Amino acid sequence: MEHQVVEGSKPVTVPALDPTITARGVNVFYGDKQAIFDVDVDVPRNAITSFIGPSGCGKSTFLRCINRMNDTIPICTVTGDIRIDGEDIYDPRLDVVELRARVGMVFQKPNPFPKSIYENIAYGPRIHGLTRSKKELDELVEKCLEKAGLLKEVKDRMNEPGTGLSGGQQQRLCIARAIATRPEVILMDEPCSALDPIATAKVEELMEELKENYTIIIVTHSMQQAARVSQRTAFFHLGKLVENGDTRQIFTNPSDKRTQDYITGRFG
Amino acid sequence: MVVYLFLLLLAIASSGFLLGRFKARAAGVGQDVKMHSLDGYHGWFVAAWAGIPAVLLTLLWLLFQGPVIDWLLVGSLPANKVQAIDGGKLQLLVSQIKSVAAGNIFSQPEPFVVEAAERYNRWKDIASWSLFAVATVLALVGLLVARSRISPRFRARNGVETIMSGLMIACSVIAILTTLGIVVSLLYETLRFFDRVSVVEFFTGLNWEPQIPIREGQVTAGGAFGALPVFWGTMMIALIAMLVATPIGLFAAVYLTEYASARLRDVVKPLLEILAGIPTVVYGFFAVLTVAPAMRTFGEAIGLNIAPNSALAAGAVMGIMLIPFISSLSDDAINAVPQSLRDGSYGLGATKGETITKVLLPAALPGIMGGILLAVSRAIGETMIVVMAAGIIAALTLNPFEPVTTVTVQIVTLLIGDSEFDNPKTLAAFALGLVLFLATLVLNVIALRIVQKYREQYD
Repeated sequence: MEHQVVEGSKPVTVPALDPTITARGVNVFYGDKQAIFDVDVDVPRNAITSFIGPSGCGKSTFLRCINRMNDTIPICTVTGDIRIDGEDIYDPRLDVVELRARVGMVFQKPNPFPKSIYENIAYGPRIHGLTRSKKELDELVEKCLEKAGLLKEVKDRMNEPGTGLSGGQQQRLCIARAIATRPEVILMDEPCSALDPIATAKVEELMEELKENYTIIIVTHSMQQAARVSQRTAFFHLGKLVENGDTRQIFTNPSDKRTQDYITGRFG
Repeated sequence: MVVYLFLLLLAIASSGFLLGRFKARAAGVGQDVKMHSLDGYHGWFVAAWAGIPAVLLTLLWLLFQGPVIDWLLVGSLPANKVQAIDGGKLQLLVSQIKSVAAGNIFSQPEPFVVEAAERYNRWKDIASWSLFAVATVLALVGLLVARSRISPRFRARNGVETIMSGLMIACSVIAILTTLGIVVSLLYETLRFFDRVSVVEFFTGLNWEPQIPIREGQVTAGGAFGALPVFWGTMMIALIAMLVATPIGLFAAVYLTEYASARLRDVVKPLLEILAGIPTVVYGFFAVLTVAPAMRTFGEAIGLNIAPNSALAAGAVMGIMLIPFISSLSDDAINAVPQSLRDGSYGLGATKGETITKVLLPAALPGIMGGILLAVSRAIGETMIVVMAAGIIAALTLNPFEPVTTVTVQIVTLLIGDSEFDNPKTLAAFALGLVLFLATLVLNVIALRIVQKYREQYD
């Protein structure tokens, strides 16, 4: 399996990056079926990295390896080495609950809990015991909503259900919920695919601000979105990492034919 | 006779189907026009017209034949014999005539009775034969008329569909009318009961001793109809049952949906559903022969006096009966919570337990509540277990080790044995039945509302 990789599928080395996440030789299997083949990738700190590729190429599956969400699927096995700040996240001694607090996740479909807006944000801090008093929690909730650019819109209805917000607001609520656990990394799995263009623009703006403090990985189907928001881009195809590098370089001067075909719309 | 008639009508309708299809097939051949409907529809159309009016006529005829003949019979009796007697005796006389007509002759009937019996037999024969003739003619006419309408442009399919929807409406109307009839008869007998016993006594009285003397000189209690202890017993047993069933059912559901592996789930779920298939009478003797004696022995060992037919034993066994009910409804409710909410919770670093208690159960709560309410309404309507395992004496007690009685047990005991239909003891059963019916109706309506509302939530 390991060295079937075609020329150019190894990551292109781009200098001067301080990787938060390093993955080496990652393989993922669903039962007998292999979904990810021998992926090596580095994700830089405080930047946005996008994973692009046609449907079923394994980009979401790989994303879910980074916070070990694949553990919830019984038939899924992951091999290889993934480190966050040098720490092996598949180390059996590692507490997966702690890992997921450090690596937040935003899903494709906005999935607020059927609770109030306040309770949605307070959920993470409560289960991790991040605040000591009610006042501290109130402040944290407010700060997260502020960061997600949602505070103005929901200030007067913190006790109304989060499911009553519009799609775009719900997705920003989910982002606020993710940053409430004070993560270092935020994984976004097609966060805008269920949103209209205006809501998408707001979420992209928000990502731009968040990258100051967080390492963000976004899986997206939209190449324009990848080009707009990300500094680094990784192109996946059929479970393999084809090309990985500076976003501008990938979109203007890809080194692999498949990347070029994909970004020029010849398949995908 | 009627059986032969129905067989004949069936035969006519079947041949109507064949004839209709045959004619439609013939009409379609060699024509430029396309047949509007498939041949089969033409067949069904002819069969329906041949069969349905004749069957309806037969049913109506049979409904009215008896009363009409009776009325003619009474009218034909010698005036001096009829005028002297009242309605009840007249009924007796008519029955006597009928039994003579059927050949069961006891003692020596009066001559005018024998004459009337002969008349009765003659009329009945005439009625049957004319029914036979009229129905057969109607079926044949229907067949011919329907068959004559067959042509390429004839919309037999639409006709058949109209007839089918009519049949379905008729079936649902029958179901609704039956329910309505039951309610009305309950209501009627209940009103008769409240003519004899005051409503206030029934709903607030603390003394339930429905045994009243039917014969003179019979020694019984006074006959008191304060149903409060009966309602109390019902509620207590239902409460005990729910205390057993709710936690066990709920935890079983949580385990099955969230913890069990797919393989274990495939084995355990059907096993749990077997529990729901056990006849309640089997639960009943399980309660009487196993649970109650075991409780009694255990109670003696720790110095408690537990009656052999305690509320606890009946309630506990009823609770076991309700476990699969609650677990399968809760299972559905928890399963209906979208996977995205689980992902969201796990993604924030919640453990399985936190996800279940803080996200899944609150989200599924309406569905679970609906399930519990449905189970309560079953618990208060359950009869066989309590008839076998609970007491008969109505006692107003808080002690679950004492025997109590329930509404259903009282209805059974009130109606068993010979009793006249117009005494309050018998009629009390209807009043109890009406209360039971209303209580379960209200519970069911609330529960279904809740379950429905919650189903819409994720769609």
